[in-house]
Parts: sequence; structure tokens; C-alpha cells
Amino acid sequence: MSATWSPAKAGPTYAEIPEEAKRRLFEEVIADPRYEDFLYGCYECGICVSVCPSARFYDFSPRVIAQALSREDVDRFYEILMEDIWNCAQCFSCVRCPRGNNPGGLVTLIREVAVRHGLEQAQEALQGYSRVIYKIMLKGNQVSPDMLQPDFFPDWGPWVREFSQHMHTWRKAIPVDTLRSVTDAAWRTDDRTLRELYTIWFETGNMEIIREVDEGLYELLVEIMEEELEARA
Amino acid sequence: MSELSERLAPVNEIREKKALPVRPDPETAPQPDLREELFELEARGELIVQRVPEPYVEVTTKFGRLKKVPVDHLWHHKSCGQCGHIPGYTTSILWLNRQFGIDYHDPTDQTSCTGWNYYASATSNAAAQILVMCRNFAAAYETGYYPLIHCGTSYGHYKELREQLVHHADLRDQVRRVLDKLGKPLVVPEEIVHYSEWVHVMRHRVAERQVVDMSNVTACVHPACHYYKIVAEDAIYDPDIYGGQRTATVTALLQALGINVADYSTWFDCCGFGFRHILVQRDFTRSFAVLRKIEVMRDEVNPDMTVTHDTGCVTTLDKSQFAAKAHKRRVGVPVLADSQVAALAMGAHPFRVLQLHWHSTDWRPLLEKLGIDWERHWQEFEEDLAAIERGEKPGLTWEDAERPALAR
Ligand code: SF4
Ligand code: SF4
Repeated sequence: MSATWSPAKAGPTYAEIPEEAKRRLFEEVIADPRYEDFLYGCYECGICVSVCPSARFYDFSPRVIAQALSREDVDRFYEILMEDIWNCAQCFSCVRCPRGNNPGGLVTLIREVAVRHGLEQAQEALQGYSRVIYKIMLKGNQVSPDMLQPDFFPDWGPWVREFSQHMHTWRKAIPVDTLRSVTDAAWRTDDRTLRELYTIWFETGNMEIIREVDEGLYELLVEIMEEELEARA
Repeated sequence: MSELSERLAPVNEIREKKALPVRPDPETAPQPDLREELFELEARGELIVQRVPEPYVEVTTKFGRLKKVPVDHLWHHKSCGQCGHIPGYTTSILWLNRQFGIDYHDPTDQTSCTGWNYYASATSNAAAQILVMCRNFAAAYETGYYPLIHCGTSYGHYKELREQLVHHADLRDQVRRVLDKLGKPLVVPEEIVHYSEWVHVMRHRVAERQVVDMSNVTACVHPACHYYKIVAEDAIYDPDIYGGQRTATVTALLQALGINVADYSTWFDCCGFGFRHILVQRDFTRSFAVLRKIEVMRDEVNPDMTVTHDTGCVTTLDKSQFAAKAHKRRVGVPVLADSQVAALAMGAHPFRVLQLHWHSTDWRPLLEKLGIDWERHWQEFEEDLAAIERGEKPGLTWEDAERPALAR
């Protein structure tokens, strides 16, 4: 991600990438059935930018995304794919768009293409994120108490250290039956439920997506899930 | 004015039009209602629509459509971020249910929506996301209870996925094929209901049982993006709350409890959660949460607390304040969920129920201002912890949590 501010991103970037390759990725985005619900053209009014948290923090603009896609500017699209999409906070403040666009949704579609193709930028953006994918795919929960470790959340202060020292006791001191004592997931989930979840991941091609981002993680997950599914069979 | 601009812009005409009062007419205003399409699909045998059970309360939504919010027979679709990292959030919701004698089901046959991961990493696809949703909906339907969605992200995500399911026949076919394999029906609830909507319709009953006077407290409300920005038309709006220009959930509850709700200029901004940012790029999250939310609240109205209604918002606004102290930023505003405030007002224990020890920004001054002796409560809770550690008790129970709070 570029640290310098460059409103126009002037100059030829990614000139070495053939136009054809850029267009193929672009066409994958616009072929998504959700695309037509997310983009209706663009007035260039900038309302989306005025409410966008990422535009305040990064060299990032939902308006530029809507524009580049509307104009089928594949060079600009490619820059967005490589440099911008991971900055979006996915808050959907931009759906305030008077044209009815969903720039945050467009980002989601472009991200999906980046991940499906295992682009280096996607892998880079998801560095340090593997343990979250591991948890969500296996447990069906994004976070769990045992992920609250001081080395992962040093900026959350001494509270994290105190918590991790007392995690087991504090967890037992929760009156909700499905939460009490559970530390490796957010709540107690039936084995059957998790097997159904694994079936969903396999049947929808979700595991192939994981393979593109992290092959080692994919193999580990498949081994555990298949073992679980076979045990039931 | 020059002749040319007179010709190009008929100013008088525009002025005349502007002088006409805007008369919103609920009879003619468009009221997008996806339920009609759902019922059509049901009539064609494509899916089952789970009806909102009686008793329910009808509330107005953004463009005037009446939304049914069930009061009873609730299937608690829990939030992984709440249960994992802010368990007092969930405990307070269920404690309120129990206080009002609500018939509810807290399932173990439930996964999260997995939307947090999707918004963070895009390592999934539309079909998988819809199936995760439909699997949970089918699980709720099988029990006969109605899903109450605890997480703002699940709520927004499910509403968007429901639209995609309704509008794309090929996705429906794919989803149905996999559900068949799982032996589950394709069920979609008539209304997708967020827990804060349940709290909203219960607010007067909460106020009737209020035992803690909160009239000396000032609060800022952070409305959760995924509650009212994604599929905006079925969030609750009320002409009496900010003239119907902002969602009424949370604010209406606080007002019913006598709390002074103070406005601040960046109310529309997100909290800075960012989904992936909160996990792997927190410089953005911390800066945004502090500079655009907490400091603005401090500078403009100096609230005693910030109240919100979603997992990510509580986490972000609360946990981002610690590091900012090192930079001498103006922080120190405790962050609570609406369910926690409602429970506290009704006399819930700050640790057994609200589980405030999981919050990082100092909540002690708030409790002191409310006249709650937190030290005595903490002492009591420490005795619980000691008994657990000594093996005398396996853990806290609802009986413990429902015992009247000792000292106030
Ligand atoms: S969803 Fe992304 S593009 Fe839209 S306002 Fe939020 S951060 Fe900006
Ligand atoms: S708000 Fe909509 S129309 Fe305006 S610049 Fe953004 S995408 Fe374009």
C-alpha cells in the first residue's frame, strides 16, 4: 500500500501487466450477479467520500471505485484491486449514495476476485489473519476468549494480561449455560452443527478459496473436517 | 443576474418550488417491502416463511412500513464477538428475557453468521454466506422459536443475503440443493429482528421496573452502521426521536430511562472497527475511534458514557481508548451496550450480569455517579471467583445472577 499521497495516481502503473489480464479480472467482477445491484452509474458528487472513514485515513476513495467501474477503466480498476480494496472498512456508510450505488459492496466483489486468484496483495493483506480463518472455518465463530492474548492485543493495555491470567475462572463466572466455561469458541456448539457447517464450506467451493490464500492452512482444515465428516458417516 | 444565467437557471421557478412545503404522504410514499416477494415465493412452494409469533409490537421503519417485533418465543441468535469478548452483553439480553418471563431458547445448534470474516477477508462467497444464514434459520424453525439476532453485523448481513436469495433464482437453487443434503428446509423469517429492536419495544416495561435513577447521567449514542445503513429501510425510526431522521433504537430506550441523551457532530461516522482492521490493522481503528468519535463526544458534550447496540462498536470504542491515553488524547468514556444499560437500570449486578470486568475503559466513575457501590459488588463477585477456584462451585448460575444485588 502506497504511503505517498497521489490523488490521481498519475503515471502509468502496472504497465507491465497486459491489458488482457486486467480485463479478465475486471470482467469477473462485473459478471457477479450482485454487481448490477451495486452500481448504477455515478454523479461524481462525492457524498460517499464525505462519509467514508477510510477516505479520511488512507489515499482511498469510494467515488473513484464507482467511477472506474462505470467507465470500464481497466487500468484504474487494476490499481484499485492492487492498492485500495483492503483499506475499506466495510461500514457501508457509502450506501448513502444518491445514485443508489453500494461502493462498499463493489469493494467486496473486487476483494473476492483478488482472493480467488490468490493475488499476492490479498495474501499480504491477510497476513496474521490465518488463525482467525482457522477459527471461523472450524468453530463457526470469528473470535473466542483464548484469542485475547497480550502479544496479539498489546495496545488494549494491562486489561488483556489480567484477563488472560483469569480466563478460565472468568469464563466459569458467566451465568449463560451456552457460554459458561467455553474458552476455545464463543459458545458451545453441537458437533452436528459444525459438521453441517463443514458440508456448506465444501459444497460451495469455500475451501478452494481458502486454498488460494493459504495452502498450508487449507490442508490442515481439510484434514480435520474430513476426519470429522467421515467419523459421522 | 445576467440574461444568460436567467435563461439557464429559471431562479424564480426554483424559488417557487422550494417555497412549497414538503408533505410526506405515507399513503403515496414508496414502502419497499421484501415480504411480499417472500410470500410469493412461498406460494410457489420455493421456501417457507416463518411468521412472527404473537405477541408482537408493530413499529415504524424508515419509510413508514410497519415492522413486527416479537416479544416472546425467542431463539437467541448469539454474536461471536459478544459471547467471546464482551459476555456481559449477551448475559444482559438473556437476563432481561428472564426478568420479563419470556419463553426463550438459547441454542447450541447455531453458528455465527461468519459475516465478520466475510467483511474482513472475502474468503467466502455469496452461496456459502446464504447457506450459513439459512442453516441457522432452519435450526430456529425446527425448535418453533423465532430468531432474535444479537449481532448488528449478522442482522445487516442477513438482510442483504435475504435480498440476494429473493432476487436470484440460481442462488436459491444452489442453496436448496445443499440444504437438501443437510436435510433442512429453506426457511426465511418474515422479519429479521435485531435484539435492540426487542429492547426498544420493551423500553417502557424496563422503565416501569427501573430501580436506579439515571437522570443525572449524560450519554452519547453511537448508532451501529450495520444496523441502519445496510438495507436501511427496515431499521426502526420514530418521528419523536430526532424528527425521524435517525434510528430510534437505543436513543428511545435511554430517554425512557430518564438519561440525558446528548448529540454530537460525528454521530453518523462508523466506530472504526473495519472488520479486518480491528484484528490486523488497528492503527486505523484506534485513530478513527478516538479522533472521530470519543474525542468529539468529550469535546462537545463530555458524556458519562457512550451507548451502542453492536458487537464491533462496543469492542472498538472501549478497547481503543487505552493506547490513546499515552498520546494524551482526551479519552475515558465508558462504553456500554443498550442491553447492559437496561439491565443496570433494573438493578442487575454489574459483574455477575453486566460482566463489566471484561470492559477496559474505566466504568467506575459512571457507577459512582449512579450511586452504585461497585467495590462491594466486586467484593461479592470476587467471592464467587474464589469459590469457583476452590472448586466449591462449578460456575455462576442464573440463580446467582438473579439474586437481588446486595449493595447500591
Ligand atoms: S464501506 Fe468502505 S468505501 Fe464505503 S464508506 Fe465504508 S469504508 Fe468507505
Ligand atoms: S455518492 Fe454515489 S454518485 Fe456520488 S460520487 Fe459516490 S458513488 Fe458516485
